[in-house]
Amino acid sequence: MAVGTALDTAAASGSARPANPRQRLLFLRNAKALTGIGILAFFTLLAIVGPWIAPLDPDALSPQILAPPSGAHWLGTDHLGKDILSQIIVGTRGVMVVGFVAGILATVIGVIVGVTAGFVGGAGDETLSALSNIFLVIPQLPLIIIIAGQLPSAGGLTVAAVIAATGWAWGARVLRAQTLSLRKRDFIEAARANGERTWRIILVEILPNLTAIIAAGFVGTVTFAVLSQITLAFIGVTSVSDWNWGTILFWAQQNQALARGAWWWFAPAGLCIAFLGMGLTLINFGIDEFVNPRLRSTGLNARTLRRRGIRPRIGFTPVVHEAGEGPA
Amino acid sequence: MSTLDPIGATRRGDPVLEIRDLSVDYGYDDAPAHVLRKVSLTLNRGEVLGLAGESGCGKSTLAYAATRLLPPPGLVTGGEVVFTDRSGHSVDILSLSDAALRASRWQDVAMVFQGAMNSLNPVFRVGRQIADGIRAHLDVSSVEALERAADLLETVGISPDRLRDYPHQLSGGMRQRVMIAMALALDPQVLIMDEPTTALDVVMQRQIVEQISELRERLGFSVIFITHDVSLLIEIADRIAIMYGGRIVEDAAAQDVYRKPRHPYSRALLHSFPPLRGARRELTGIPGSPPDVSNLPPGCPFEPRCAFAFDRCKVDRPELGPTAFDERGRSVACLRHERGEMLPPELAVRTDARDDVWRPPALEADSLDRA
Repeated sequence: MAVGTALDTAAASGSARPANPRQRLLFLRNAKALTGIGILAFFTLLAIVGPWIAPLDPDALSPQILAPPSGAHWLGTDHLGKDILSQIIVGTRGVMVVGFVAGILATVIGVIVGVTAGFVGGAGDETLSALSNIFLVIPQLPLIIIIAGQLPSAGGLTVAAVIAATGWAWGARVLRAQTLSLRKRDFIEAARANGERTWRIILVEILPNLTAIIAAGFVGTVTFAVLSQITLAFIGVTSVSDWNWGTILFWAQQNQALARGAWWWFAPAGLCIAFLGMGLTLINFGIDEFVNPRLRSTGLNARTLRRRGIRPRIGFTPVVHEAGEGPA
Repeated sequence: MSTLDPIGATRRGDPVLEIRDLSVDYGYDDAPAHVLRKVSLTLNRGEVLGLAGESGCGKSTLAYAATRLLPPPGLVTGGEVVFTDRSGHSVDILSLSDAALRASRWQDVAMVFQGAMNSLNPVFRVGRQIADGIRAHLDVSSVEALERAADLLETVGISPDRLRDYPHQLSGGMRQRVMIAMALALDPQVLIMDEPTTALDVVMQRQIVEQISELRERLGFSVIFITHDVSLLIEIADRIAIMYGGRIVEDAAAQDVYRKPRHPYSRALLHSFPPLRGARRELTGIPGSPPDVSNLPPGCPFEPRCAFAFDRCKVDRPELGPTAFDERGRSVACLRHERGEMLPPELAVRTDARDDVWRPPALEADSLDRA
């Protein structure tokens, strides 16, 4: 009788849980993650529809040379009278495609190498670790410049592949360390003891535990790829006729935009880079807080905490006396 | 050392630590889990107070919140914890400044943590670790601190030449003793022990418990002993507070809890282990599982598992109050004990049925032992 009632209560509380939408959308409740996703969504949308919504052809010449922002050219024109706003909008696609393709490729390589190295151990681990160590110590940007410079046609996807080929090692290193630690835990021992196959242990037992690291590594790699690609375009290694934010900065630099006071030439592209980087970083923070419930609780409500005068510290539990608010 | 006059201006039996209406939440957001709700508990000077209950009932939370050691996202939302020192001077620990709190820690209220194995730093010799604690509070040379550490080790029954050992060279029981020695280093008045013997085998458990009792007699400190092992508490504690679902449900002298539990939960706890003496009885255990403190039913939290629950238990939440017999020094949170309610005979055990006048609990216990 008593057991039945207890079970009923448990069932009732169990069914009450998923009905609470706040629990499910916890990641989206996080202000940082939400801001980051908003920024990323904006640039992704721009990348998709950019060529259609750009007011002018980014390559079209016009008589207004080096004109400051005006009604006709919202962000002014460059030294040949090309519309800079159109260049930025059209150039977004190049940045995003290279960033995400490189991020996905590098993450896949990193996961395969890192998890394999961590799980198999022995000679396989040594070999794969040595490989990722080599890639870690190679100065990445010069290598990218050399590879990109040697390739006959350094298009967007080629650049993405080159960036992925040089940027996967960091993720592999972190994943290997975490896999090494997970491999020795009791639940993996238990999985082995009950006869699970190796591939199932890796896919079902280990990979879900690495989700946060993989996600954070992916976001980090995308940031790295975007910056690398913009750098390559800025120093003129890749084709200067494919529009991306780095190309705009390349032309601005070539024509001494700074010395001529043409701030509208380089500032918007620079701000776009900063915003995209900020968006990706905020998503990274959001993932961190989502994965670590301690951070989640403190990060979610920074404003509430300040209002209530709570300073979360270890060793000094905050005390608030809430008058009139009796515990339920 | 002040052991010559351990009592000072206050006397044995006066309150040394009074927890009043302490409420604790977990979570800083707008839907926190209320893990402790207006818990009041008094620790008297020279007393061993046992705090018992199932896992997750809030017993450790109570001890950590009272010392403000609860890690984030713990939050004390109300109440006070009044500590009275030997000269009769009282302070509210919850309103102390950081510096004052840091100075008061270990000196007034010391703590022995659950995992003694992990409380010692593996790369330093134990002597140095004890001396560190002393030098953090007192202005003494390291030689003096080490001498004191040697005395302390002897106090807990470890040869002083072990001062130069690293933690891995000591057995689990010895490490636990070192932790106790450390806790005693500044001659504290209150010792909070959070499951100090849980990780030890029963032989070692027995030795440690006896040592604590003996040291308490000699040095005159008070102990809050947290454990889920009620049988151990009955032996070591003077008084036992039983917790359930973040509240204290029964607070009484140890022998009273053992021989005549008044709360259905205390009774059920006592029936889940075999009696140490006397006739064997059937072990029953407690059906169901502990409540989810973030989602307590409106009535009595124990109602779903209680064998004596009746209609009101689903609606009314009982408060800690006198028992049906108004026994002095014990209180219970159960609607069955309110006036006008029928008290089941299992919860109405009297030592002597003809005995209507109240007698001190110690006397009752004595008469029972002789019987």
